[in-house]
This record gives sequence, structure tokens and C-alpha cells, in this order.
Amino acid sequence: MSSTSAKRAVMLALGFSTTLAGASLAQEKVLRIGMTAADIPRTHGQPDQGFEGNRFTGIPMYDGLTNWDLSSAEKASVVIPGLATEWAVDASDKTKWVFKLRPGVKFQDGSAFDAAAVVWNVDKVLNKEAAQFAPDQIGVTVSRMPTLKVAKVVDPLTVELTTSEPDAFLPINLTNLYMASPAHWAAKLAAVPASVTEPAERAKQAWAAFSADPSGTGPFKGVKLSPRERFEMVANKSYWDPKRVPKIDRVVLLPLPEANARTAALLSGQVDWIEAPSPDAVPQIKQRGFSIYSNAQPHVWPWQLSFAEGSVWLDKKVRHAANLCVNREELKTLLGGLMEVPKGTVPPGHPWWGNPKFEIKYDLEAAKKLMTEAGFSAAKPAKVKVLTSASGSGQMQPLPMNEFMQQALKDCYFDVALEVGEWNAVFTNWREGAKHANARGANATNVTYAAMDPFFAMVRFVSTKTFPPVSNNWGYFGNDEFDKLIADARTSFDGTARDAALAKLHARIVEEAPFVWVAHDVGPRAMSAKVKGVVQPKSWFIDLAPMSME
Amino acid sequence: MLIYLAKRILYVLPVALGVSVFCFLLVHIAPGDPLTSVLPPDASQAMQDELRKIYGFDRPLPVQFGLWLWKALQGDLGTSIATGRPVAPEVWRAVGNTLLIACLATVIGFVLGCFFGFVAGYFRGSFLDKFASMLAVLGVSVPHYWLGMVLVIVFSVQLGWLPPGGAGPGGSAAWKWDWEHVSHMILPAVTMSVIPMGIISRTVRALVADILNQEFVPALRAKGLMDFGVFRHVVKNAAPTALAVMGLQLGYLLGGSILIETVFSWPGTGFLLGNAIFQRDLPLLQGTILVLAMFFVGLNVLVDIVQGLLDPRVRRR
Repeated sequence: MSSTSAKRAVMLALGFSTTLAGASLAQEKVLRIGMTAADIPRTHGQPDQGFEGNRFTGIPMYDGLTNWDLSSAEKASVVIPGLATEWAVDASDKTKWVFKLRPGVKFQDGSAFDAAAVVWNVDKVLNKEAAQFAPDQIGVTVSRMPTLKVAKVVDPLTVELTTSEPDAFLPINLTNLYMASPAHWAAKLAAVPASVTEPAERAKQAWAAFSADPSGTGPFKGVKLSPRERFEMVANKSYWDPKRVPKIDRVVLLPLPEANARTAALLSGQVDWIEAPSPDAVPQIKQRGFSIYSNAQPHVWPWQLSFAEGSVWLDKKVRHAANLCVNREELKTLLGGLMEVPKGTVPPGHPWWGNPKFEIKYDLEAAKKLMTEAGFSAAKPAKVKVLTSASGSGQMQPLPMNEFMQQALKDCYFDVALEVGEWNAVFTNWREGAKHANARGANATNVTYAAMDPFFAMVRFVSTKTFPPVSNNWGYFGNDEFDKLIADARTSFDGTARDAALAKLHARIVEEAPFVWVAHDVGPRAMSAKVKGVVQPKSWFIDLAPMSME
Repeated sequence: MLIYLAKRILYVLPVALGVSVFCFLLVHIAPGDPLTSVLPPDASQAMQDELRKIYGFDRPLPVQFGLWLWKALQGDLGTSIATGRPVAPEVWRAVGNTLLIACLATVIGFVLGCFFGFVAGYFRGSFLDKFASMLAVLGVSVPHYWLGMVLVIVFSVQLGWLPPGGAGPGGSAAWKWDWEHVSHMILPAVTMSVIPMGIISRTVRALVADILNQEFVPALRAKGLMDFGVFRHVVKNAAPTALAVMGLQLGYLLGGSILIETVFSWPGTGFLLGNAIFQRDLPLLQGTILVLAMFFVGLNVLVDIVQGLLDPRVRRR
């Protein structure tokens, strides 16, 4: 063979192999997601970065004993069996729950999921003596299941959980406790150099290694972590739920905190999906053939009102007037349609709705009348000072939205002053309360919140036990009636009865109006037309498993 | 020269200590809770106290500072509260990434800045002077953030020539000197270069104008030197100051730009600082600021030394 022929042969072979390699790469279905988070949420099973963390590194890789139903865009997202198939409270001791576990489930490392694994995962955040105790996982876990005390193995497929007080919310709370593999963690611990002798440091290093190579029971398995840059997950084809075995081979998560950068990444084809496109970019995104998905989320953008001495909000007429004075449809237009008009903390049709007698709507005349009856007028407006931030997690577009509120309420004899603080300071003051100096004399605060479970959605804002600094009852709203309604809900162990009690609580909250309810976020996300099978539920979460890529 | 060198290095010590005290205090007096990233807003007081104890935030500030400084001297910048990962490797990786675009931006800024500066200074009052000066003013005035977005819209979204962000396939951990990766540097580096370009251009213009007014220039011409020969002397006289300005600019750029690195999702020190600030991750914030400050101090020493080598008068001061 001449040298020219040899070169040609090599070139052909190279070309052929490149084509083959290209074809095999092309066959791999890869979904690339631009998140709003500035870092990859933690991957060890208890994600940080709020619910975006649960959405992308929690639910895809792990399961809880109970999971959220994310299969419908129309129905409210409710709790369904996850790694537990059934559960019940002990008839004689309402602090004890028995959970029956799903048989045949394996962690991604091949070890079996059983009752001992549940106890191990409870201990990782509750038992300081446990080898796997992880202080940095406490914050995002324990406060979301505040009454859980201890877990005990009954038999390999039965576990007993004990709460500090009777608490019907436990099955909902348990969606936040993801099951990580004890065997995989033990292997990571064994690999920690012997020179590290301090047990807490060894555990910390084992968790760091586990984060880089996680193992849960979920439909995706984490395979590659580049801190602050990207995280890759591959399909777990042996996932226990046949309906949720992934069709996508690989998911790549990219932190893109800047909204315009996310939009550019989508439009230039760098990613297939972006979270929270800026409202201004939506028409352009649609024009270029991308799809926008949104749905009402259990999220509330409110003004939380102060009931401290001297507050104008002590008068219910004023609270109702403010709720009636805001034309939320106009606000929706301002936000490019990316909000839902609220009727309360949860929407009509939700199991906790409860048909409140007070309807939140736009009725300027009724609002003015109430204000007049309360003794206010254009010449003598109600002075209101609202603490807000220029940005922040879940805050949507706080400044334009608050300025809209300021203008809207002016029509009903309110004189609104906006006190714009740094987000962390405003957030910290949420626990300190309206009477604290850091509230800067504000009589309303604007911190958004998730309304997925009863405690987060309602209890913490209306119980006398959650006054600052215990929890987020910033405005000191509460009385015996509300404490009793909460106690009723907490001790209604039948699901239907619990929902009925919560519905009563919700109805009373709307009627008493300790908030001005302004908007529900709709969790907008933009995707390439190549992403198929997308169901955006009425939830903070979304299930990647049933999706496919063209 | 050795005494000069020793003096410069000795000056660094109080500066370094001052910087470490300052950055420690700065992040502690900022509002908000240092455990924000691991502590949800509804956490109980007991849990807050417990975590504060675990992370050592219950100790008096001087004790916290002493422990932090002692560890920092041994190269341990602590562990990030938000991620649980050691701070030092993250900071060094980010510094490396920022170094990549900062060096490229400095080269672009220095070359273009010197070119426009010399042209403007040498042809004072001409159309070339006005044009070059206009570019310099534009460089220092145009908002980075806006320019970055415009470049992304034009070159990534509309033309599709360059990627809009990130550090390339596999991230910076898989960095290679190939087009796929290098192409990710171009837009952030160009955006970053406009301010040094403008500053260096204006500095060099003023220097050249000043040097051309000095008596030795007519003397050189009288000796029969042609324009190019005179120009060489002007360049040599302007070089130490231009280099000093370049060094300072490189120092600023090494600090990364929170805005530019956020717009381009470039995993450098600016991006890291932005993360640390928004998550209120004190160990990460302190570690990053300390490393950047030390870099800046070191760079200044280096520039002083180079200046001393180039200009004997500096050594005698």
C-alpha cells in the first residue's frame, strides 16, 4: 500500500469511527436543565436550595416513605404511598405510627431497602449518637417533620415511628425525608483514610464522598458532580415503579442563576429546559418555537399583617378592604400572565379550601365603603409600611409588584410606604416579628411561602404557639379559636377528617384575613419542543421520569 | 535591590493581617443569620442554638477569628456551610478559572489600551486622537452587565458563533485547550477587557502627551532621530507606569466580576462570591475574600519589583 493509500485508509477509518461514535452519542437521550439555583443542590438525599433542590436532586434520585402525586396537571397534588405502601396510627397511643414498607425495593448500589434503612435515615438527622449523624442535614429536614422523635424496626418490612405529640400531619411531613443507602454510605465511611480518627470528621467525609457518588432508590442515579457547575444523573432502569422507569438516559443540571443567561442558554441550544424565564422574554421564547409550561403552585405571595398594638390592621374592615382593593388581573397582565389570582392560601377545589364566607376579589366600591366605615378617607389615609426586598427566593418580582400594590391601595385611602431591605435581613426578621427593631416599624411584611403541607401553609402563621421567635407568626395573629382548629386538625388521623379540619381552619383564616393575598406563583418553565411527556402538576415539583426526548 | 525587595515583602505582613481582620469583621457585621443556608425560617430556637454550637458561631468573635486565622495560616479555609465541602479547593479552582479569563482580558485590554493610548497621545488633537479617546471613554463607561448581555444576544443567540455561558463540556473540571472550551472564554474575557482597555488607553495617552512635552524629546530629534526612534524612547518612558496600571487592572480582574461571571455562568471567583453572599455562607465568603486580597497584595508587590527593575529611581525611594 502506498503512503497516500494508507493515509486515506486511516482517514476513512477515523471518519467511520467518528460517525459511529457520533451515532451512539446521538442515541443517548440527554435532557439539559438550566436551574435558577446558583449551585447544585446537595445530592446526599436532603437537598438544600429550597424546593428547587427537592425538585432536581431529591425526587429524581430518592424516595420518601410517602411521595407527592405529580401525575396530573389538573388535580391537586396530594400525598401518595412511596416506599411505604400503607400506614396507620396506633389506636391506643396516637404518638405511634406503623408504616408497612414496599417489598423488593433496592437501592441503586444493589443493597436492599428495609426497615433498618428507614431507622438509619431517621437517625441521620435525629440521633446524635449515630455514626451517620449529619448536622448539616438537620436544618432542611427536622423542621419539616417537627414532631418525629424516633424510629424502630418491627420486622424487615415494618417500621414504627414515634412523634412527640399526636400529629396527623406526619405522613405529609415524611415526603421530606429521603431514603439514602446505608450500605453505600458505610462503604464511603470505610474508604475514609485511617489518619482521620475523629468520628464526626469521618462521617462528614463519608457524606461528602456519598454526595459525589449518591445512592437512593429513585428513578435516576447521580453519576457526576462538578460543584457549582453541573450534575449528571443517569436512568435507573431497574426502578421499582414500572410507570416511572425513565425514558431519558441522562439528565444534566446546570446552575444558571441569572434569568437572561438562562434565556440565552435556551435560545442558543445550550440547554433544553430553563426554570423561571423572565416575563419579558416569554414572547420571544414562544416565537422561537419553545414551549412555556406553568400551573398554579402551592405558593403564596402575600403581605403578612401585623396585629401589634397600634397597627391599622387590627381592624378587620381594613384587612378586608385591602384584599378587595387590588385588581389582581391587572397585576397578572403586568407579570406577563405568569401568576395565578388567589382566593386564599389554597385554591377552590383543594381539599383544604373550606368555602370561606369572605371572597377575595376586586371590588373597589366595597373596599372604599369598608375604609370609610373604619374611619379613613382620602384626606385621612391609613398609613401602612411594608417591609420587602429587591429580590429573594420565591419573591417573584417584588419591587414592581409592591409598587403596583402601593398604587392600587391608594384608591382605597391607604398611604403605603415601602421599606426595601436586603433579602437576608427581611427573611431573618420574619422570625423576629413585627415588634422587633429590625422590622423598622413596618406593619406588614412581604415574604413569600410554600403551602404544601398544613404546618407551612397555615399553622405557623395563626397559632399562638408560633409567635416570634418560635416560628413565622410575624404579625402575632392568633387566639383560642385558631389554636383549637389547629389541634383538631393535628388529631384527625383519618385522611378525610384531617382534610375537613384543615378546610375549616383555612376558611377561618381567609375570613379573618391576617394576610393580603396577592398572587400564587405558577412556576413557569420553558422547554425545547424536543422534550415530550411533560406534566406540570399543581406543585413545586415535577416528575422527570415520564418525560422523553425526541 | 535586595533591601528594596525585603522592604516590599515586610510591608505585606501588616496589610495581610489588616485584610484578614477586615474581611472577617465585614462578613460578620452584615445583616442576616450565618446559618441561613442550612436553617429554614421556621426552625425552632433550640435547633438554631444547637446548629450555632455545632458550627462554632456561639463563641465570641475574637475566638472565632483566632481559630479561623490559625487554620487559614495552615491552608485550611474551613468548610462551606451551604455545601459541606472544604472551602480551599473551591476557591483555588475558582481562582484558576478567573485567572484564565482575567489574563486573556488583561492581554486584550493592555494591547488595545496601549495601541489606542499611544495613537491618541502621539497624534494629539487629530481625528485619530478623538476616535481613540472616544473608544477609551466608552470602555470605562459602558456597563459590563449590559455589554455582556448584548454580546450574548448577538454572538450566541442571533449568530450562534459562541456559547452563551459555562466553562464548556464537562465544566471547568474537564477543561482542555481545545476550541470547544476556549470558545467559552471569549465573550466573558472581551466583556471584562473593556474597562482595562479604557483605563490603560487614557493613562497611556496622558503619559505620551506628557513625555512628548519633555525637553529630551526635541533633543532626540535634534540628534537626528526619526519618528520611530523617538517613539521607542517614549514607549520606554511610559512603560513602567503602563505596566503598573496593567498590574492593578489584572488585580481587579482577578477579583472576578460578580456581574460578568453571573451573566456568563463562568465558575470563577466572582460567581463564587455571588453565591457566598446570597447564601450567606460565611466561611466561603471569608476564604474567597482573603485569597483574593492576598492575590492583590502579592500582585502589587510583584508590580513594585518589576517597576524597580525597570526604573532604578523607584528602588532609591
